[in-house]
Amino acid sequence: MSADLFEFLCRMGDNCLILGHRVSEWCGHAPVLEEDIALANTALDLIGQTQLWLGLAGEVEGKGRSADDLAFLRDAWDFRNVLLVELPNGDFGQTLMRQFLFDAWQELMLSALTQSSEPRVAEIAQKAVKEVAYHVERSGDTVIGLGDGSAESHARMQAALDLLYPYVGELFESDAVDQAMVKAGIAPDPESLRAAYDAKLAQVMGEATLTLPDDRFAHKGGRTGRMHTEHLGHILTEMQWLQRAYPGASW
Amino acid sequence: MYAQMVKSTGEGVKSREEMSPEEAVFQDRIDADVKIEPKDWMPEGYRKTLIRQIGQHAHSEIVGQLPEGNWITRAPTLERKAILLAKVQDEAGHGLYLYCAAETLGVTRDDLTEQLLSGKMKYSSIFNYPTLTWADIGAVGWLVDGAAIMNQVPLQRTSFGPYSRAMIRICKEESFHQRQGYDIMMKMAKGTEAQKRMAQDALNRFWYPSLMMFGPSDKDSVHSAQSLAWKIKIDTNDELRQKFVDQTVPQAEYLGLTVPDENLKWNEEKGGYDFSEPDWAEFFDVVKGNGPCNKDRLEARIKAWDEGAWVRDGLLAHAEKRAARKVAAE
Repeated sequence: MSADLFEFLCRMGDNCLILGHRVSEWCGHAPVLEEDIALANTALDLIGQTQLWLGLAGEVEGKGRSADDLAFLRDAWDFRNVLLVELPNGDFGQTLMRQFLFDAWQELMLSALTQSSEPRVAEIAQKAVKEVAYHVERSGDTVIGLGDGSAESHARMQAALDLLYPYVGELFESDAVDQAMVKAGIAPDPESLRAAYDAKLAQVMGEATLTLPDDRFAHKGGRTGRMHTEHLGHILTEMQWLQRAYPGASW
Repeated sequence: MYAQMVKSTGEGVKSREEMSPEEAVFQDRIDADVKIEPKDWMPEGYRKTLIRQIGQHAHSEIVGQLPEGNWITRAPTLERKAILLAKVQDEAGHGLYLYCAAETLGVTRDDLTEQLLSGKMKYSSIFNYPTLTWADIGAVGWLVDGAAIMNQVPLQRTSFGPYSRAMIRICKEESFHQRQGYDIMMKMAKGTEAQKRMAQDALNRFWYPSLMMFGPSDKDSVHSAQSLAWKIKIDTNDELRQKFVDQTVPQAEYLGLTVPDENLKWNEEKGGYDFSEPDWAEFFDVVKGNGPCNKDRLEARIKAWDEGAWVRDGLLAHAEKRAARKVAAE
């Protein structure tokens, strides 16, 4: 049980860590000052959530690993984030589309987790879901604004959706770890969130005048650790560099 | 302190006899510490000098995101990463308050941005130095924010209301920035041999550029005399630099680090340290555009602006469509 719970918590934490890293790459480079502030704020929330999820993961594992140990001292094969969050930022539209596709799932997931039978999970979810409600409102509004904006912004947002949609399916994959979580009443079956997610996407993409692809092909492997994109290794190289170069130092 | 060598009218301070009746009333208000508000009458020189100064300060906050942003993805712990993100987010927020303050003087944020990108307006010379190691993030917080606070605390009393109020908000956040910088230095200075070396190296590289932040001596400057009379500037550059050195040297000693100045010595008589002047030729080179990072910094801002054009246009187009739909529905 604790091995499955550890796995589940790494999935939750690694999504936040890797997406937080990606979003933080924007710092100082956004199209407008308000967006710089909003992106930094989103990244900050995600890093805060990472500390909670990975902190609990280390506790559950019981081997004395801290959130920092998990973030900075695991290699790619031990990361459990979905592929969507490790994809490069692309242009601002691609970044916000990725954010919306993730936020819409995260809000549903966290709302369900507030009812978790594991009180420490419910507690994290209650805190995070408030932040994420704001994230999804903002990323959804931006997708709508740019989708239903100029001809150029519309074309860029459609291209972003076409590029990223094949990475959505992985969020709803279910395996033995998920079944163990469902059985223990800790987390919902990911598949059970899909209908509400599809409805949310249909509403936002409709307002954004964007067309959801028909093809539901899904790239996967990140959350099980079977397969990542080549991008993850580069993220880790950058993120873990100081900890790796000066082992045992305190910062 | 993110405003250096801000030009004033260039004509020096007018005597009472030379002032028009309006100018005399204006000066009386300043002398009585009554705040000037955007709708009040003000001399054109006052308005222009303030736009230059507030604009330069705002640009410095924005460009200042870059050297620190350089380390966000490499911060050594999750907590350090979160703190640094919060700090850089604050800087962007400071830029926003300051642009808003400048806008009350009749200039738009877009105008100011274009002047930054064309090189017509400057930002603080300090942000043209690179952040090479993690200790530099500590040094930036400790020294650069420390120097900024030294200048900004008195500016809370500046004569222009919106600027003064922006400075009050900014100062609250800056003191947190300086503390986090010093905290990083503390960890490094008490850490492994490699960390100690990093900390000393960061102090070596940031000491003189930090002293330059106050600008060259301005005791004979006509610009400064006018700005002081208008209370746009509260202290002279030399006074602020002296205060900064006096405050910082004991902090370096506490860290066990050596300030890279052989002439540094306590002067009992003046109640402050004697210290070496920075290399002003280097300062003028940096201001002219020849610092280690001038090109990179400006290119990064130009790229962000140019590549963001479609986003700004797209969101504007959307806002117009919505407004039109609302009108059509009514």
